[in-house]
Amino acid sequence: MTLINIINGHVQLPGADKAEAMSLQINDGKISSFGTPIDHAVELDATDLLIAPGIIDLGVFKTDKPAFRFGGITRAALMPDQSPVHDDPATIRYAALKGKPDLWVHPLAAATKDLAGSQMAEIALMKEAGAVGVATGRKWIGDSGIMLRIMRYCAALDLPVIVHSEDAGLAGNAVATESETATLLGLSSASPVTEALAIARDLMLAEESGAHVHFRQVTTARSLDLIREGKAKGLRISCGITPGHLFLSNNAIIDFRTFARLSPPLRDESDRLACIAAIADGTIDVIASGHDPRGPEDKRLPFSEAEPGMAGAETLLALTLNLVRDEIITTGRLFELLATNPARILGLKAGVITEGFEADLILVDPYAPWQVDSNRMTALAGNTPFNKIPVQGRVRHMLKGGKVVTA
Amino acid sequence: MTWTHNFAADSFPTGSDAFQHKHLLGISSLQKWEILYILKEAEHWVALNRSGPAKHDGRLSGMTIINAFFENSTRTLLSFEIAGKRLGADVVNMHAAQSSVKKGETLIDTAMTLNAMRADAIVIRHASSGAVQLISGKVDCPVLNAGDGSHEHPTQALLDALTIMRRKGAVEGQIVVICGDVLHSRVARSNIFCLKSLGAEVRVVAPPALMPYGIAAFGAQTFSNFDDALPGADVVMMLRLQNERMQGDFIPSPREYYHLFGLDERRLALAKPDALVMHPGPMNRGVEIASNVADHIERSAITEQVEMGVAVRMACLDILTRKSRGVEGWA
Repeated sequence: MTLINIINGHVQLPGADKAEAMSLQINDGKISSFGTPIDHAVELDATDLLIAPGIIDLGVFKTDKPAFRFGGITRAALMPDQSPVHDDPATIRYAALKGKPDLWVHPLAAATKDLAGSQMAEIALMKEAGAVGVATGRKWIGDSGIMLRIMRYCAALDLPVIVHSEDAGLAGNAVATESETATLLGLSSASPVTEALAIARDLMLAEESGAHVHFRQVTTARSLDLIREGKAKGLRISCGITPGHLFLSNNAIIDFRTFARLSPPLRDESDRLACIAAIADGTIDVIASGHDPRGPEDKRLPFSEAEPGMAGAETLLALTLNLVRDEIITTGRLFELLATNPARILGLKAGVITEGFEADLILVDPYAPWQVDSNRMTALAGNTPFNKIPVQGRVRHMLKGGKVVTA
Repeated sequence: MTWTHNFAADSFPTGSDAFQHKHLLGISSLQKWEILYILKEAEHWVALNRSGPAKHDGRLSGMTIINAFFENSTRTLLSFEIAGKRLGADVVNMHAAQSSVKKGETLIDTAMTLNAMRADAIVIRHASSGAVQLISGKVDCPVLNAGDGSHEHPTQALLDALTIMRRKGAVEGQIVVICGDVLHSRVARSNIFCLKSLGAEVRVVAPPALMPYGIAAFGAQTFSNFDDALPGADVVMMLRLQNERMQGDFIPSPREYYHLFGLDERRLALAKPDALVMHPGPMNRGVEIASNVADHIERSAITEQVEMGVAVRMACLDILTRKSRGVEGWA
């Protein structure tokens, strides 16, 4: 039985706008009390540190422990886009065990076999094996009939359906959003309506099926309006975004920077500002890293031949702390977006600092300055479009289930 | 018409060489005076090329130029090869079809290989936008873009500008109509940048599915009706329509395309009486251009474009290798 007493820190409690000075006690891996010192406890000094729930990263493409440790991620929902695809119970069971004990991986089950979008995968068996949700993967499912059947099935199993929203016909072989930048560079591009169109269909299917649908990345003004309407109607929907679309617009691809090739592609500045507004007004429920480390074999290529994706785990917290400093949201809201809401969507008993919960905690120095450097990242690859930018916010300690996780 | 464009003494900046780029990757990164400098230099090579059987200048003697063509080409490759040889360089051609690219080697590895062979200039054509810029960052010698995807084809725009200058006396003030598959055309992009930079009025005509987004931001007027764009035109530049885009994805059929966007005598009559007809080649006769228009002895400048191509490429190879050759004022 390990007793830990974290002293001199500020604890971010659920519902509070900001962290308050108090001590926090951990007993047998669980949060046991606040402000009641216990005998024989190991003391952890958190002077000048913010004690927050460990980040729950909804939708990563790789289990990348060093990067998650750096970024303060204690749990990650792993996308089914693996090799082999996570479309059967065995692969799900394996993935769920892979990170333990210091990282909990919550696998997402492929909605269709081989993620091909045609035949339903064994969703119920995968749920029993540990899947916490069902995902369409990197792609949209074009067949509306299949999509409706998946949603109905998942509604019955009480599993969230995590969807990628890009109408495949409109997207075609596009690698960028229709824009002057894409035209200047001669890159194939698609209208941003590609996303709204896919979301419009899936909202109707969500209404039809009663399923909980989570739109993993919503990145345009029009899409966000549709989400607002759907929420106003009372649909069981939620949506997320990654820092790429919050802090970069499509002029980041100038000079054919493949690190800024994302899926969906970066949008123009007005859409980016609409995303920030949707963070402020609560339309967006989740901020995730979309962590997708890609080495030179995938990125040191001509732009349209490069794979999309960014290594985002290490920079997620530091970048999103900007939203607090810019007074767009409070610290309390930030950790709802990073931990509480992802846990709620995935049905996990985690994501808040409350008595009886697993002590998944990060001790953050929110002001510690550092510079993002793609050559010195702990991730499997350094493909960040935020290379060389200065940021603030560093995780000093991370506890998973009451145990200190070392790098 | 003869060469009448004057270069004022202040056309070029003082105190440094006239072309400070290591590579020639695109027109969009060039200043007006840099474009004019290349054209002025090319004029010299036009004269040499017409001077008789001994068209040889040995200034690149001993240098190795690699033409690395990852996409098929006949005329551009030949034009670069002749340009290099007339300047005395050893020119070798690498075709993608017979290279290790087919065996799965990455573009960067191929570039490193070419670099290790100590080329003095590499000319690259590639089907992907940005591929040439990517290679240019990995090699030591100057890189010339011979066309990358839908991005840029700078030497084509330069030879077009030279053709217009020689035939019309100047590019400034000319009304140039560019018609065809602008969306996928690197020729159109480079030409828009070049012509706008030199002060021409550019009108762009394309079927809606083949008109790129936001092209007006680059200073071109856009039209979907060819007839509306032609009145007052000094130059009509037709673009090649790729075969694979004729089968219903972008346009219904070659026949319908010709009906709306083909340049025939009736349409040409809408332009100025002395309007020039241009085409980067190879032409699809009867798809984008009528044979009698293409072959029109006074109006068509299509073969002259090919001639200017060699001169412009000689100028580019000469200018970009001056630093390594230690030419006075350039080293």
